[in-house]
Amino acid sequence: MTAAEIVNKLDLQVFSGENGLNRKVSGGYVSDLLSDVMGNADEGQVWITLQTHKNVMAIASLKELAAVILVNGNKPDEDTARQSNEEEIPLLGTSMSAFEITGKLYELIKK
Amino acid sequence: MGEKIADQYSVTGGDFSRAGYASSQIKKSLKKLGVDMAIIKRTVVATYEGEVNIVAHAWSGKIVFAVDDEKIRIVLEDEGPGIEDIEQAMEEGFSTATSEIREMGFGAGMGLPNMKKNADHLHVESEVGKGTRVEITMHLN
Repeated sequence: MTAAEIVNKLDLQVFSGENGLNRKVSGGYVSDLLSDVMGNADEGQVWITLQTHKNVMAIASLKELAAVILVNGNKPDEDTARQSNEEEIPLLGTSMSAFEITGKLYELIKK
Repeated sequence: MGEKIADQYSVTGGDFSRAGYASSQIKKSLKKLGVDMAIIKRTVVATYEGEVNIVAHAWSGKIVFAVDDEKIRIVLEDEGPGIEDIEQAMEEGFSTATSEIREMGFGAGMGLPNMKKNADHLHVESEVGKGTRVEITMHLN
Protein backbone atom coordinates (compact mmCIF):
# COMPACT_ATOMS: atom_id res chain seq x y z
CA MET A 1 0.00 0.00 0.00
CA THR A 2 1.22 3.52 -0.77
CA ALA A 3 0.74 6.79 1.11
CA ALA A 4 -1.52 7.96 -1.75
CA GLU A 5 -3.88 5.00 -1.28
CA ILE A 6 -4.11 5.78 2.44
CA VAL A 7 -4.93 9.42 1.63
CA ASN A 8 -7.76 8.29 -0.67
CA LYS A 9 -9.21 5.58 1.54
CA LEU A 10 -9.10 7.60 4.78
CA ASP A 11 -9.96 10.91 3.14
CA LEU A 12 -6.86 12.70 4.49
CA GLN A 13 -5.77 16.22 3.74
CA VAL A 14 -2.39 16.57 2.01
CA PHE A 15 -0.53 19.58 3.42
CA SER A 16 2.80 19.04 1.67
CA GLY A 17 5.32 16.50 0.41
CA GLU A 18 3.14 15.41 -2.53
CA ASN A 19 6.21 14.05 -4.33
CA GLY A 20 6.46 11.33 -1.71
CA LEU A 21 2.91 10.01 -2.04
CA ASN A 22 4.19 6.94 -3.87
CA ARG A 23 6.15 5.85 -0.75
CA LYS A 24 5.33 2.32 0.39
CA VAL A 25 3.76 1.99 3.82
CA SER A 26 4.90 -0.92 5.99
CA GLY A 27 2.99 -0.05 9.17
CA GLY A 28 2.43 2.74 11.63
CA TYR A 29 3.58 4.27 14.89
CA VAL A 30 1.56 6.50 17.22
CA SER A 31 3.31 8.83 19.66
CA ASP A 32 3.76 12.47 20.62
CA LEU A 33 7.11 11.86 22.30
CA LEU A 34 9.88 12.48 19.82
CA SER A 35 12.46 10.25 21.47
CA ASP A 36 9.93 7.44 21.53
CA VAL A 37 9.49 7.71 17.76
CA MET A 38 13.25 8.06 17.30
CA GLY A 39 13.86 4.92 19.33
CA ASN A 40 10.96 2.73 18.26
CA ALA A 41 9.48 3.69 14.88
CA ASP A 42 10.85 2.01 11.78
CA GLU A 43 11.46 2.79 8.14
CA GLY A 44 8.34 2.91 5.97
CA GLN A 45 5.92 3.50 8.82
CA VAL A 46 3.26 6.21 9.01
CA TRP A 47 3.64 8.37 12.12
CA ILE A 48 0.43 9.58 13.77
CA THR A 49 0.90 12.58 16.08
CA LEU A 50 -0.42 15.94 17.28
CA GLN A 51 3.02 17.59 17.14
CA THR A 52 3.20 20.17 14.34
CA HIS A 53 6.69 21.69 14.62
CA LYS A 54 9.61 21.23 12.28
CA ASN A 55 11.45 18.65 14.37
CA VAL A 56 8.73 16.19 13.37
CA MET A 57 10.07 16.25 9.82
CA ALA A 58 13.68 15.97 11.00
CA ILE A 59 12.73 12.73 12.71
CA ALA A 60 10.57 11.51 9.81
CA SER A 61 13.54 12.03 7.52
CA LEU A 62 16.16 10.45 9.79
CA LYS A 63 13.91 7.41 10.33
CA GLU A 64 12.83 7.31 6.63
CA LEU A 65 9.15 7.21 7.56
CA ALA A 66 6.55 6.94 4.77
CA ALA A 67 4.32 9.80 5.94
CA VAL A 68 3.16 11.81 8.95
CA ILE A 69 -0.52 12.23 9.89
CA LEU A 70 -1.49 15.19 12.11
CA VAL A 71 -4.61 14.48 14.15
CA ASN A 72 -7.47 16.53 15.65
CA GLY A 73 -7.46 19.02 12.76
CA ASN A 74 -3.96 20.24 13.60
CA LYS A 75 -2.11 22.16 10.88
CA PRO A 76 1.65 22.03 10.36
CA ASP A 77 3.90 25.02 11.05
CA GLU A 78 5.10 26.68 7.85
CA ASP A 79 8.68 25.44 8.16
CA THR A 80 7.40 21.93 8.90
CA ALA A 81 5.52 21.87 5.58
CA ARG A 82 8.56 23.30 3.80
CA GLN A 83 10.81 20.55 5.11
CA SER A 84 8.23 17.91 4.17
CA ASN A 85 8.44 19.18 0.58
CA GLU A 86 12.25 19.11 0.65
CA GLU A 87 12.36 15.60 2.10
CA GLU A 88 9.48 14.42 -0.09
CA ILE A 89 7.75 12.87 2.90
CA PRO A 90 3.99 13.58 2.83
CA LEU A 91 2.54 15.57 5.69
CA LEU A 92 -1.12 14.62 6.02
CA GLY A 93 -4.00 15.71 8.21
CA THR A 94 -7.32 14.56 9.61
CA SER A 95 -9.98 15.94 11.94
CA MET A 96 -10.16 12.49 13.56
CA SER A 97 -8.51 11.76 16.92
CA ALA A 98 -5.37 9.63 17.13
CA PHE A 99 -7.52 6.74 18.40
CA GLU A 100 -9.94 6.84 15.45
CA ILE A 101 -7.40 7.29 12.68
CA THR A 102 -5.12 4.63 14.14
CA GLY A 103 -8.00 2.13 14.21
CA LYS A 104 -8.88 2.86 10.61
CA LEU A 105 -5.29 2.75 9.41
CA TYR A 106 -4.71 -0.52 11.23
CA GLU A 107 -7.77 -2.10 9.56
CA LEU A 108 -6.59 -0.85 6.20
CA ILE A 109 -3.01 -2.09 6.26
CA LYS A 110 -3.32 -5.31 8.26
CA LYS A 111 -4.77 -7.15 5.21
CA MET B 1 36.00 0.45 2.60
CA GLY B 2 39.46 1.92 3.21
CA GLU B 3 38.15 5.46 2.96
CA LYS B 4 38.37 7.67 6.01
CA ILE B 5 36.15 10.56 6.88
CA ALA B 6 36.34 13.26 9.53
CA ASP B 7 33.84 16.10 9.87
CA GLN B 8 32.79 18.63 12.43
CA TYR B 9 29.47 20.41 13.00
CA SER B 10 28.62 23.21 15.38
CA VAL B 11 25.40 23.18 17.35
CA THR B 12 23.69 26.22 18.87
CA GLY B 13 21.91 25.86 22.19
CA GLY B 14 18.19 26.60 21.99
CA ASP B 15 18.01 26.51 18.18
CA PHE B 16 15.49 23.73 17.61
CA SER B 17 15.00 24.72 13.97
CA ARG B 18 18.45 23.23 13.23
CA ALA B 19 18.21 20.22 15.54
CA GLY B 20 18.93 17.10 13.53
CA TYR B 21 21.04 18.81 10.87
CA ALA B 22 24.35 17.28 11.98
CA SER B 23 22.75 13.85 12.41
CA SER B 24 21.33 14.08 8.92
CA GLN B 25 24.73 15.00 7.42
CA ILE B 26 26.40 12.13 9.30
CA LYS B 27 23.74 9.73 8.05
CA LYS B 28 24.38 10.85 4.45
CA SER B 29 28.15 10.34 4.88
CA LEU B 30 27.66 6.84 6.30
CA LYS B 31 25.32 5.90 3.45
CA LYS B 32 27.85 7.13 0.92
CA LEU B 33 30.51 4.98 2.57
CA GLY B 34 28.22 1.98 2.21
CA VAL B 35 28.05 1.22 5.94
CA ASP B 36 25.56 -1.51 6.87
CA MET B 37 22.04 -0.01 7.20
CA ALA B 38 21.44 -1.59 10.62
CA ILE B 39 24.55 0.17 11.98
CA ILE B 40 23.56 3.46 10.31
CA LYS B 41 20.11 3.31 11.92
CA ARG B 42 21.54 2.84 15.41
CA THR B 43 24.17 5.53 14.85
CA VAL B 44 21.50 8.00 13.71
CA VAL B 45 19.32 7.41 16.79
CA ALA B 46 22.25 7.87 19.18
CA THR B 47 23.62 10.93 17.37
CA TYR B 48 20.26 12.65 17.06
CA GLU B 49 19.54 12.24 20.78
CA GLY B 50 22.95 13.70 21.59
CA GLU B 51 22.41 16.60 19.19
CA VAL B 52 19.01 17.37 20.72
CA ASN B 53 20.54 17.24 24.21
CA ILE B 54 22.99 19.98 23.22
CA VAL B 55 20.17 22.11 21.74
CA ALA B 56 17.89 21.52 24.72
CA HIS B 57 20.37 21.93 27.55
CA ALA B 58 23.65 23.54 26.50
CA TRP B 59 24.71 26.98 25.30
CA SER B 60 26.77 25.75 22.38
CA GLY B 61 28.49 22.63 21.25
CA LYS B 62 30.18 20.71 18.49
CA ILE B 63 29.88 17.26 17.04
CA VAL B 64 33.01 15.60 15.71
CA PHE B 65 32.49 12.65 13.42
CA ALA B 66 35.19 10.22 12.31
CA VAL B 67 35.12 6.90 10.49
CA ASP B 68 37.91 4.43 9.83
CA ASP B 69 37.96 0.78 8.82
CA GLU B 70 37.09 -0.46 12.27
CA LYS B 71 34.73 2.04 13.83
CA ILE B 72 32.57 5.13 13.74
CA ARG B 73 33.36 7.61 16.48
CA ILE B 74 31.12 10.55 17.29
CA VAL B 75 32.09 13.01 20.01
CA LEU B 76 29.48 15.52 21.18
CA GLU B 77 31.04 18.21 23.30
CA ASP B 78 29.21 21.18 24.76
CA GLU B 79 29.61 24.24 26.90
CA GLY B 80 26.64 24.13 29.21
CA PRO B 81 25.33 23.46 32.67
CA GLY B 82 26.75 19.94 32.81
CA ILE B 83 25.10 16.91 34.39
CA GLU B 84 25.05 16.67 38.18
CA ASP B 85 24.43 12.96 38.45
CA ILE B 86 25.22 11.01 35.29
CA GLU B 87 23.85 7.76 36.67
CA GLN B 88 20.49 9.42 37.35
CA ALA B 89 20.51 11.06 33.90
CA MET B 90 20.89 7.61 32.35
CA GLU B 91 17.66 6.43 34.01
CA GLU B 92 14.66 6.15 31.73
CA GLY B 93 12.19 8.96 32.52
CA PHE B 94 14.57 11.25 34.39
CA SER B 95 14.66 14.69 32.79
CA THR B 96 15.59 18.28 33.64
CA ALA B 97 13.99 19.73 30.48
CA THR B 98 11.80 22.83 30.72
CA SER B 99 8.04 22.66 30.20
CA GLU B 100 8.35 24.39 26.79
CA ILE B 101 10.70 21.66 25.62
CA ARG B 102 8.41 18.95 27.00
CA GLU B 103 5.44 20.43 25.14
CA MET B 104 7.36 19.91 21.93
CA GLY B 105 7.55 16.23 22.77
CA PHE B 106 11.17 16.33 23.86
CA GLY B 107 12.43 15.96 27.41
CA ALA B 108 10.75 12.66 28.19
CA GLY B 109 13.90 11.31 29.79
CA MET B 110 14.55 8.91 26.93
CA GLY B 111 17.53 10.61 25.29
CA LEU B 112 20.52 9.16 27.11
CA PRO B 113 18.80 5.74 27.51
CA ASN B 114 18.17 5.68 23.73
CA MET B 115 21.83 6.53 23.17
CA LYS B 116 22.95 3.75 25.49
CA LYS B 117 20.64 1.23 23.79
CA ASN B 118 21.83 2.07 20.28
CA ALA B 119 25.53 2.79 20.69
CA ASP B 120 28.03 -0.07 20.87
CA HIS B 121 29.84 1.98 23.46
CA LEU B 122 28.80 5.21 25.17
CA HIS B 123 30.99 7.30 27.40
CA VAL B 124 29.69 10.37 29.22
CA GLU B 125 31.74 12.80 31.25
CA SER B 126 30.53 16.10 32.62
CA GLU B 127 31.53 19.00 34.79
CA VAL B 128 28.76 21.04 36.41
CA GLY B 129 28.79 24.62 35.19
CA LYS B 130 31.20 23.87 32.35
CA GLY B 131 29.84 21.25 30.01
CA THR B 132 29.43 17.68 28.89
CA ARG B 133 31.35 15.37 26.58
CA VAL B 134 29.67 12.29 25.12
CA GLU B 135 31.50 9.76 23.00
CA ILE B 136 29.62 7.26 20.84
CA THR B 137 31.51 4.33 19.33
CA MET B 138 30.08 1.97 16.72
CA HIS B 139 32.05 -1.10 15.61
CA LEU B 140 32.05 -1.83 11.90
CA ASN B 141 33.26 -5.42 12.03
